[in-house]
Amino acid sequence: MDLAFLAASAIKIFVFTFLITLPMIAYSTYAERRVSAILQDRVGPNRVGIPLTLFGGKKDWSFFGLLQPLADGLKGLLKEDFTPAYVRKSYYWMAPALTAVPAFITVCVIPFGSEITIFGETIKLVIADIGVGPLFIFAVASLSVYGITIAGWASNSKYPFFGGVRSCAQMISYEIALGLSIVPVLMVFGQLNLSDIVNEQARNGWLIFPAWGDGLNLGRWLLVIPLAISFFIFTVSIFAETNRMPFDLPECETELVGGYHTEYSSMKFALFFMGEYAAMIVGSALIVTVFFGGWSLGFGLDAKFLMDEAGNWKAWAGLVHLGAFLTKVVAFIVFFIWVRWTVPRFRYDQLMKLGWVVFFELALVNIFLTAGIMWWISR
Amino acid sequence: MAYIKIKRPELSLADKLYVPAIIKGLWLTFKHAVASVRGKSQGGKDMASSGLGITMQYPEQKWDEHLPEYYRGVPALVTDEQDRERCVSCQLCEFICPPKAIKIIPGEIPSDDEWAKVEKRPKEFEIDMTRCIYCGMCEEVCPEQAIYLRQDYAVTGLTRKEMVNDKKRLYEIGGKRIGLVNKWNELK
Repeated sequence: MDLAFLAASAIKIFVFTFLITLPMIAYSTYAERRVSAILQDRVGPNRVGIPLTLFGGKKDWSFFGLLQPLADGLKGLLKEDFTPAYVRKSYYWMAPALTAVPAFITVCVIPFGSEITIFGETIKLVIADIGVGPLFIFAVASLSVYGITIAGWASNSKYPFFGGVRSCAQMISYEIALGLSIVPVLMVFGQLNLSDIVNEQARNGWLIFPAWGDGLNLGRWLLVIPLAISFFIFTVSIFAETNRMPFDLPECETELVGGYHTEYSSMKFALFFMGEYAAMIVGSALIVTVFFGGWSLGFGLDAKFLMDEAGNWKAWAGLVHLGAFLTKVVAFIVFFIWVRWTVPRFRYDQLMKLGWVVFFELALVNIFLTAGIMWWISR
Repeated sequence: MAYIKIKRPELSLADKLYVPAIIKGLWLTFKHAVASVRGKSQGGKDMASSGLGITMQYPEQKWDEHLPEYYRGVPALVTDEQDRERCVSCQLCEFICPPKAIKIIPGEIPSDDEWAKVEKRPKEFEIDMTRCIYCGMCEEVCPEQAIYLRQDYAVTGLTRKEMVNDKKRLYEIGGKRIGLVNKWNELK
């Protein structure tokens, strides 16, 4: 444990959480509002900018409303933080943090890029390069259900309680499908280190689009069938895990007023919101990392432009990869938003049936299908 | 009563899978998004759209040319063809006004005036726009067709006093109306 490693880790934590993830959360709320507006023939928030006329300027700068998240954050901080008299105070205060914290912790195993070389030190663009990446994410992310359930329980009123119970049942149902659906992926890669998984994909083709490197053979393309099923189940389960439409039954404003956060106000409410969006970003990042080659440019471009003759990454390759990764994640977030404003909410029994009867079995069968194909290839 | 048994439609496999319906929905919203960004949303033109969706962005764009004839905006007094005040200060509008926004002080028309036979006209006529609810009852009740709800809708002021339209201002907004009743003038 030398000093350079510690310093690099501290800088990585600062940059990845405070300069990348937090602004992304802020701007996904903005994107949510603008994209939903565009999908529904509306305009959305396009006014908040720099009020130059207040300081004697001629015209206000609105920047398409890009400063809206700042205004929202300020509003959250300045509003009255109201605690109803009948709530369980300690749990009530704990719950928002319990929802937001796990989502931020999971950021640490996401590989944001390959590696950069500064002062002769090669730094991997991942905070914690551990060998249990996806398992760590599942383990920590599933803790966020405690936040929601405790919030519902501590609020001590009917609708939040319903929201909390629903969330609990939903998360448990879809966690199983989520965990099982990723097993075929791990079988194909044979390891759990997310950085190495992405490296493998950069060289030999993305998991569900192996069009270069060693990926160009019949057996590998046959494996795309179970992996595509895996991808489908995984994506839908992520939707359910992050409580997004069409599975946002814990919130369900038409039935449950506001669900588990009905009794919350100001920044506590905003923390739930941040937790939800952070979970969405980590979910997108995980999908991108596992199925769409993470930070790799793909199509063999990585090996061609970003590697030297010896097969090592060039000093600045990490920055290009960081850009590629963020682009893919943003595309996925837009997809999440697009789905939210298209698909209506599932009924609760439909949701449970889908989780336990369809996805659970499908994921289980999928594992055997993958195993069968892999056995056939290796024969 | 006839008893009719309705059979629920059998769902096909495609219906049960949800997926085709979801893809159809995604395609629909995508088409809307493309039209919205290109400023070609359906109905956008009729709504004086700002070019993004069908929404009109108010202070920059206004709907004025689309306002219908019967639009109920600010109530105002009108004069007839010969610039005579139509109002005879009968005070019916003052009595009918639900929020009590109208205040009239009647005044006599001096006997040497051209319109002395009308006998009365308002000395003061005030409509408090902070009270007015744009119900149009004053227009409906007026026997002389002297008060009308006009098309102005942007009523602003920095003080309560500014929000009270006095007689001069009311005639300014109302202007002249031609070809209605000709009870008192020479055109009848």
